[in-house]
Amino acid sequence: MYSEKVMDHFRSPRNVGEIEDPDGVGEIGNPVCGDMMTFYVKVKDNVLTDVKFKTFGCGAAIAVSSMVSEMAIGKTVEQALAISNADVAKELGGLPPNKLHCSNLGADALHAAIRNYQEKRTDHPHPSLPLEAEGTERQKQETSPPGARSADSGDEK
Amino acid sequence: MKVVNFDHASATPLLPEALAAMMPFLESEYGNPQSLHTLGQKPREAVDKAREQVARLLNAGSANRIVFTATASEASNLALKGLAQALKHKGRHIVVSAIEHQSVLEPARALAKLGFELTELGVDEHGLVSPDELDKALRVETILVSIQHASNEIGTIQEIAALAKVAHEHGALFHSDGTAAVGRIPVDVQALGTDAYSFAAQSIYGPKGAAALYLRQGARPVSLVHGGIQEKGKRAGTENVPGIAAMGAAAEVAARELPEWSARMKALSDRLRQELPERLEHVVLTGHPDKRLPGHFSVCIEFVEGEAMLLFLNDQGFATASGSACTAKTLKASHVLLAIGLHVGKAQSSLVLTLGKDSTEEQVGRFIDVLPPIIERLRAMSPLYARFQKGEDPYETHDQSCHGDR
Repeated sequence: MYSEKVMDHFRSPRNVGEIEDPDGVGEIGNPVCGDMMTFYVKVKDNVLTDVKFKTFGCGAAIAVSSMVSEMAIGKTVEQALAISNADVAKELGGLPPNKLHCSNLGADALHAAIRNYQEKRTDHPHPSLPLEAEGTERQKQETSPPGARSADSGDEK
Repeated sequence: MKVVNFDHASATPLLPEALAAMMPFLESEYGNPQSLHTLGQKPREAVDKAREQVARLLNAGSANRIVFTATASEASNLALKGLAQALKHKGRHIVVSAIEHQSVLEPARALAKLGFELTELGVDEHGLVSPDELDKALRVETILVSIQHASNEIGTIQEIAALAKVAHEHGALFHSDGTAAVGRIPVDVQALGTDAYSFAAQSIYGPKGAAALYLRQGARPVSLVHGGIQEKGKRAGTENVPGIAAMGAAAEVAARELPEWSARMKALSDRLRQELPERLEHVVLTGHPDKRLPGHFSVCIEFVEGEAMLLFLNDQGFATASGSACTAKTLKASHVLLAIGLHVGKAQSSLVLTLGKDSTEEQVGRFIDVLPPIIERLRAMSPLYARFQKGEDPYETHDQSCHGDR
């Protein structure tokens, strides 16, 4: 039923767990429906340095969570927000039609965690980063560190 | 790796006797039982013999009481729709239990759309239908009651004789779906007092594509398939001779071996019920503690989802089933688990094992060893378990709508 890649991520999910002092947490789905995902993100200089998750759900839900976490680590906040449900399903080599909704949950949970991070920043802006600096200009500056940058572009290829 | 089948409710292997009985009719004896010429003779004899064998298995009294169909679903459809059609001049009210298989629930709901009135009777926390509750639900215009003999999902065996008696006191006919019961417990349709009773060849290690409906004398459903005199006009179409012959042979073996099959399966499922809760925390055994099918084990293992368990068990060589939403093609949690009052979040954690006559102590022992590490692994990544450990309500939800609904 599932592709080898899905089964691989299901059997050996990457980045399972919680981040102790996360910059953002996002929760999507609910136990009543049979799947729920909690994503944790750590952000440094606008780059997702760590992503972890906990998932209650079917094989597809677990594989999708694992794949999303792998795709997101090292990306800038904007790049991570651009990861679409379709990207995740594609990266997994496809999902059975009745399981496509699981891939929707994965990206949604990641985006929810990132939005939570962004909200926290708006509520409690970093003292050295005045609010008016929020925006593309500041993001450009923040994503400039060479280490993060190269890891990122390597990921994109 | 050799697969251990702990999902006999889905499929059973074929008895060698059943295979031997069907082979001639796949090879040289291909004739039509209705033919008057020589080619029809052996096939006709085979169908007659099988009817006797199936009638004996159910203690039907006479071979004339058996109608062969392709599937138990078809048999139940014939009972429901056929009897409702035949009796509609007497009344239009039908009663089924809320935990019926889809092959009873859906025809009953289809009849409701055609102008019949339907009552879906609730069950207690063990899945039992109360004869008193049935009595209250019956009306003058009730024509038909259909309650399964046993549940394939939770293993509970109903008090059919008492329920049929109540239906008869109100002048209604009584049908029972025996697909999960036949081959696990003795079935005597005359002692049960049912007017109709369906089951599949698969229940007794016969082939797919053959099933039967017992009809008590006087129970005359309108055929679903018109166009021939086969099965006394109750099911037109050339008989599936190989399948029917094999079903007959399987019925003969089952009639002989059932006590031994039952005893062996009961010992194994009792062991599972005893030992798994000792090895795993936060498990809810489902179904009736005593009135249950031999070889049937059903449980909800909290904080983990059914399909994920099933996939890991499959990796370990065990074929199992679950009533979780993700395992169902409909993406809905089992209506049976919800009907016994289980929280829908817990229903997602269902695991159902249906052992067979050839299941062994060794297989069950290995299963008991293999399951706990799988659960541990899935709980370690479960946000519900994390909530539970923090003392929060694991099943709390803010949003009741499901993506499956969208």
